[in-house]
Amino acid sequence: MPELTAEVERLSLVIEIGDMPVRVNTTDPGFLGILQDRYAGFVSSSEFAEIEFDVDLTRGTFSDPEADVSVTHRLGRWSLQRGDFRAEWDPSVRRGWIRQTANKYSIDAVLRIVHTLVLARQGGFLMHSASAIRNGKAFLFAGVSGAGKTTISRLAPPDATLLTDEISYVRRQDAGYIAFGTPFTGELAKLGENVSAPIAALYLLVQGPENRIDAVAPAEAARSLLSNVLFFAEDEELVQSTFHSAFEFVSRVPVSRLTFVPDSRVWELIG
Amino acid sequence: MSRLYITRNPRVAARSLDGEMMIMSGRDSTLFTLNKTATILWQSADGTTPLDEIVERQICTEFEVEPAEALHDAETLARELASHEILQLSEEPIPQRPSGESR
Repeated sequence: MPELTAEVERLSLVIEIGDMPVRVNTTDPGFLGILQDRYAGFVSSSEFAEIEFDVDLTRGTFSDPEADVSVTHRLGRWSLQRGDFRAEWDPSVRRGWIRQTANKYSIDAVLRIVHTLVLARQGGFLMHSASAIRNGKAFLFAGVSGAGKTTISRLAPPDATLLTDEISYVRRQDAGYIAFGTPFTGELAKLGENVSAPIAALYLLVQGPENRIDAVAPAEAARSLLSNVLFFAEDEELVQSTFHSAFEFVSRVPVSRLTFVPDSRVWELIG
Repeated sequence: MSRLYITRNPRVAARSLDGEMMIMSGRDSTLFTLNKTATILWQSADGTTPLDEIVERQICTEFEVEPAEALHDAETLARELASHEILQLSEEPIPQRPSGESR
């Protein structure tokens, strides 16, 4: 007589971005393979995880990844929702679940949101910017879509290490800030290197007729930074925390406007 | 004539940098940069000083404008700031919470 129950093997991997290991559990080997491929270079052998998610894969019940993200906090639990996923996370027990189809985009959005929530409490943030390390220092290049994040990443010289062409990971450390590589890619579709360095400068990107660096007034710097920080949570405490973090950042990191023509000579000004 | 009292909404974040007052809504993350008059209202919004006194002491002296006109404009501005949930308005003095948010 065949057995009526079978033990389901639990598969897992730890994705470590910004020194924060997140364990993802699944029962689907195919999905595990998707994750291993998607986060190559960010998969950790660490047994420890700051957060653990169980992924519940569904078949085609979610449809609209373009729908607005909803991130709310109630009774100590975070609830994350978009057209293509639902998730919950309880920081007190460091566990949560994600319900989605077997695709890499939904979990990527969940990870971005979770990192913004964790960073916000620690004085850091994710921001729309490319970033790279040169001569041991990290440089951030912020701008809206079309400002040149991908272009300046593509023009980076061989001695520069690309951290990301799209979403920079900024963590407060002592009196300064550290930038980490991320797997969150833009048009370049190339994962950043999983390394970090102290942030030496933030450049606000503008494409123009010459390569030039101009000073930016602190108020404009703060405004520009805030316009590029990723906000997801409808949570007053976190919004206020991130707001003040942006002002702390511009008081500690030089912010300038980088006007550049799209050729590699712009990197002669960097580093 | 009733008097208007204004106080800061404790649910927003505020910072002044290089003379510019920036406010962020805690509800929807909208960022506002206040002009000079709005900054005066924000900085004077203690819940107990009537708006007409703020206008007389702070705005008329700063901008050399007629008190009646200045008060009308200030009321309009205060209501606009209230519509963005930056200020709270009342026809009675507004008791202050022990903790402030402004830096």
